[in-house]
Amino acid sequence: MKFLPTSDAERQAMLQAIGAARVEDLFASIPREVLGPAKLGPPMSEIEIRRFLGDMARRSANARDTAFFVGAGLYHHYVSAIADQMLYRAEWLTSYTPYQPEVSQGTLQSIFEFQTHIALLTGLDVANASLYEGASALVEALLMAERLARGRNRAVLSAGIHPEYRETVRTYFANLDLEVVEVPLAEDGVTDRSALAAAVDDKTFAVAMQSPNFYGLVEDWKTASSVAGPRGAHAIAVIAEAASLALLAPPGEGGADIACGEAQSLGVPMQNGGPLLGFLACRTAHQRQLPGRLVGETHDAEGRRAFCLTLSTREQHIRREKATSNICTNQGLMALASNIHMSLLGKKGLREVATQSHAKAEYLKRRIAAVPGYRIPHVGPTFNEFVVEAPVPAAALLSRLAVRGILAGVPLSRWESGAERRFLTAATEMNTREEMDSLAAALAETA
Amino acid sequence: MNPEDRHYAQSHEWVKIDGDIGTIGITDHAQKELGEIVYLELPDVGHVFNADEEFGTVESVKAVSELFSPISGEVVEINKGAVTEPGIVNDDPFGDGWLIRLKLSTDEEVNKLMTAEQYAEYVRSEEK
Amino acid sequence: MSVEIEPKTDAAALGDRLHPEPRHEPLVFERSGKGKVGYSLPPLDVPDALAIPENLRRADVEGETEITEVEVARHFTRLSRLNFSIDEGLYPLGSCTMKHNPRTNEELARLPGFAASHPLAPEEVSQGTLELAWRLEQALKELTGLARVTLQPSAGAQGELAGILMVRAALAKTGDPRRVVLIPDSAHGTNPASAHFAGYKVQELKSNVRGTLDLDVLEKAMTGDVAALMLTVPNTLGIFEDRIRDIAAIVHAKGGFLYCDGANFNSFVGVAKPGLMGIDVMHMNLHKTFSTPHGGGGPGSGPVAVTERLVPFLPRPTVERRPDGAFTLDFDRPESIGRLRTFLGNYGMFVRALAYISAYGDRIGEVARGAVLNANYIRARLTGVYHLKYDAPTLHEVVFSDKKQGEHGVHAIDIAKRLMDFGFHPPTVYFPLIVPGALMIEPTETEGKPGLDAFVAAMRAIARESEEDPEIVLKAPHATPVRRVDEVAAARQLVLRWRPKE
Repeated sequence: MKFLPTSDAERQAMLQAIGAARVEDLFASIPREVLGPAKLGPPMSEIEIRRFLGDMARRSANARDTAFFVGAGLYHHYVSAIADQMLYRAEWLTSYTPYQPEVSQGTLQSIFEFQTHIALLTGLDVANASLYEGASALVEALLMAERLARGRNRAVLSAGIHPEYRETVRTYFANLDLEVVEVPLAEDGVTDRSALAAAVDDKTFAVAMQSPNFYGLVEDWKTASSVAGPRGAHAIAVIAEAASLALLAPPGEGGADIACGEAQSLGVPMQNGGPLLGFLACRTAHQRQLPGRLVGETHDAEGRRAFCLTLSTREQHIRREKATSNICTNQGLMALASNIHMSLLGKKGLREVATQSHAKAEYLKRRIAAVPGYRIPHVGPTFNEFVVEAPVPAAALLSRLAVRGILAGVPLSRWESGAERRFLTAATEMNTREEMDSLAAALAETA
Repeated sequence: MNPEDRHYAQSHEWVKIDGDIGTIGITDHAQKELGEIVYLELPDVGHVFNADEEFGTVESVKAVSELFSPISGEVVEINKGAVTEPGIVNDDPFGDGWLIRLKLSTDEEVNKLMTAEQYAEYVRSEEK
Repeated sequence: MSVEIEPKTDAAALGDRLHPEPRHEPLVFERSGKGKVGYSLPPLDVPDALAIPENLRRADVEGETEITEVEVARHFTRLSRLNFSIDEGLYPLGSCTMKHNPRTNEELARLPGFAASHPLAPEEVSQGTLELAWRLEQALKELTGLARVTLQPSAGAQGELAGILMVRAALAKTGDPRRVVLIPDSAHGTNPASAHFAGYKVQELKSNVRGTLDLDVLEKAMTGDVAALMLTVPNTLGIFEDRIRDIAAIVHAKGGFLYCDGANFNSFVGVAKPGLMGIDVMHMNLHKTFSTPHGGGGPGSGPVAVTERLVPFLPRPTVERRPDGAFTLDFDRPESIGRLRTFLGNYGMFVRALAYISAYGDRIGEVARGAVLNANYIRARLTGVYHLKYDAPTLHEVVFSDKKQGEHGVHAIDIAKRLMDFGFHPPTVYFPLIVPGALMIEPTETEGKPGLDAFVAAMRAIARESEEDPEIVLKAPHATPVRRVDEVAAARQLVLRWRPKE
């Protein structure tokens, strides 16, 4: 076995040092009745494994070989080769949480840079070292707001927040003495400010909304902050398409106290939905309530700049059931990829990705609107994703197109009833005009 | 050593009584156990605590510990200097590193606390 | 026959073991220069539309970088060299299972069919990705001996929460709400935190003198109000609860569930089965037992295996194989606890884990046998040199303490820092909490005897130094990119980001 470096002779010498006759003797503490080998088939060579998994990979459509417009919280954006190749370096790939700062300055500094990028993009003061992904980041943001407003028990969520984020919140909150109220959107697809205001009471600790919202519509962060602030609640900005942050007004400017969401768009491949890159940012006044890992700047014994994990007393390994969260790990490698990506694109590139994605989506929107039978139900501004209403049931339509190599989007029927003919479609800088024209043409054929 | 002009709790806080005001801090033993203190969370003035009630937390890099009020009373002052520079709790736990001052609700509770000598004995027994 | 490493007192002499000299790299923001570009995009091939009102837009992201690819390559390569990694040497971080990461797995995870696929693509064109998830579930079922497995949880801690929420749902269904979860004092901090976030009160159980669960203590604590016992098997001392079946019987007799923290599954994978132990629910860490890379602190992946009774409550969706052989996602699970995150989980880790399991196949027990042999070898070679508080037999890790060295003023943290000078990553220190000054050593199966011998020699050298020349240990490390880092200053004066100059 190529992953086991011990020779038979070495094994014998080791057993002798231990004073055991056989390796099996070392397992004497495990009761016999629970022993049981696993039947998994013969070991495979590297070539066989490539064949075995490679075959499965070939039997799934991928964004490189199709005209690809699927989004809904997971986007096909440009990632420079170097952002991925750098991850192969053993020092990044095969190291762990930087508990020992003297031999982990690389990881620590990279996280510090990641925290800075997120703070700059969100317009807030500080960010943590990353969280699992967007939905659980929203959960953490809500729990953080609850700690900041002790004694309050109600969270108000706009229904414009990704349905899987809202479902995650319901799962997490089901057994805590906290109430989650979801406020339906207005007719035009954006958060209904007066309904939101009506849902907020003096027991409300957070008001959360998403922009661009799940239907792609750009919202005004002030809708939440203007409702939350006067009642002493915290405004939470949710971002599921982080590429938008370089073009749209940042949460910090719009009065949000906390911003959270999914940064996959910033340098992480889709990977069939994971690993992703949750983020959480807030204002300095609230930084001690940030959950998850945090890297701080300090110095070493000789006075040189150095970095280390800090505020770990908030975390589960010290505070146990009183911790700010049960999370232990962050998304180290993804945060690194994203740091590299954001650094490469920088001020100009992040903006250009955002404006190109937007311009392409506007083009696609016009093309689809022009197809007989198709309709764009919302009139408000969108970033790079929008809802299409088809003349036929959307799920079947999208399946037919997919088999032809056009992945046109996601049917809304997956999450809501009464929307059988609607689907979400997204464009990014990766889409060509030709692809978009082919999508419009294909839709015209099916109408 | 533990000053004799004050009373000690098993949770390693001390209280010094001046008239109807009690000054509370943590003992030298407690600060040593915690290591270098990096953060203090103290209550607002006006807050009322019962004896043995948690009134704040003290954090070092690797540990966090709740602070319990040895006596009942209303907070009349907190040590802002210690909040800004928590290191003074390490440097001078019985002096400048005091934490809060309470206006006592009753003067009977102090009798249940330990003397300096009893506390020293208690620490020794705890270490065994 | 053992390799003895000379205790080096001169930092310069040690230098080339790790890094030639302390190195510092400016922040990427400090490397930035106006007008530089590190990317290229094709010219826009559609009209340059901007259909967002001005009040909803922002100006440029002030402070963001302007830097070329060349400089980015240098920056991140230089930064990487400030890290210690498994590929460089033994990384015996107890409980974290730092084993070799097979590189084929990295390549496979990057195949476009996995890396560029989307979980919301129609099932007709997602059969391969669904099949892989299904196959991984089958393998984990076989390895655990349990009924079903959810792959959704993002990491072990989220798996714990999922598991406890399923227990909660099962109890709620029978109209038997309970309020307490029992957790031994040797447990990972995530256990009490997860139980708390599932709405339970945590009751800690004191370990006995052997370091294992005291059955009398359990019997007393196990009332009708206890939903579950969360047990780490083997525990964080590496000791297998040899009365596991009795433990399960006590918990089950009172209608409770036995939750297994499977962080240490690597010590008995392919040798013993949780399903035979009476375990009802167990999370696994793909980055530990199944070698997916730790990547500087994530991503993890925390599948949860459950008994038949908990199957209805699994997170949504599950992956099913239809009678016609096609794979499909099942969302229609009315009793499901819901979801813990978006999409299907950390799919890229599923690819790597299945590749790893396939490489071993029926021989996967060799993973556990290798890990246990290595840990016991270290234990044998260091017993007497370092204090062993609990001397019960251990499996994949061994927890020594700094008790002997403490007499000379040398503590676990100092030993940890000094190990760096010898070219090793330190063990986990100060955990588990029931061993004061703990040094928790987990070599894993992918370390050979020469590496173990060198580590033992270094540990012995440090023990000697602690007696003869404690200063060198107390001031360590000497041969790392930076000297001892001031964590107190970091916590007192929080600086969590770089700021552009005004």
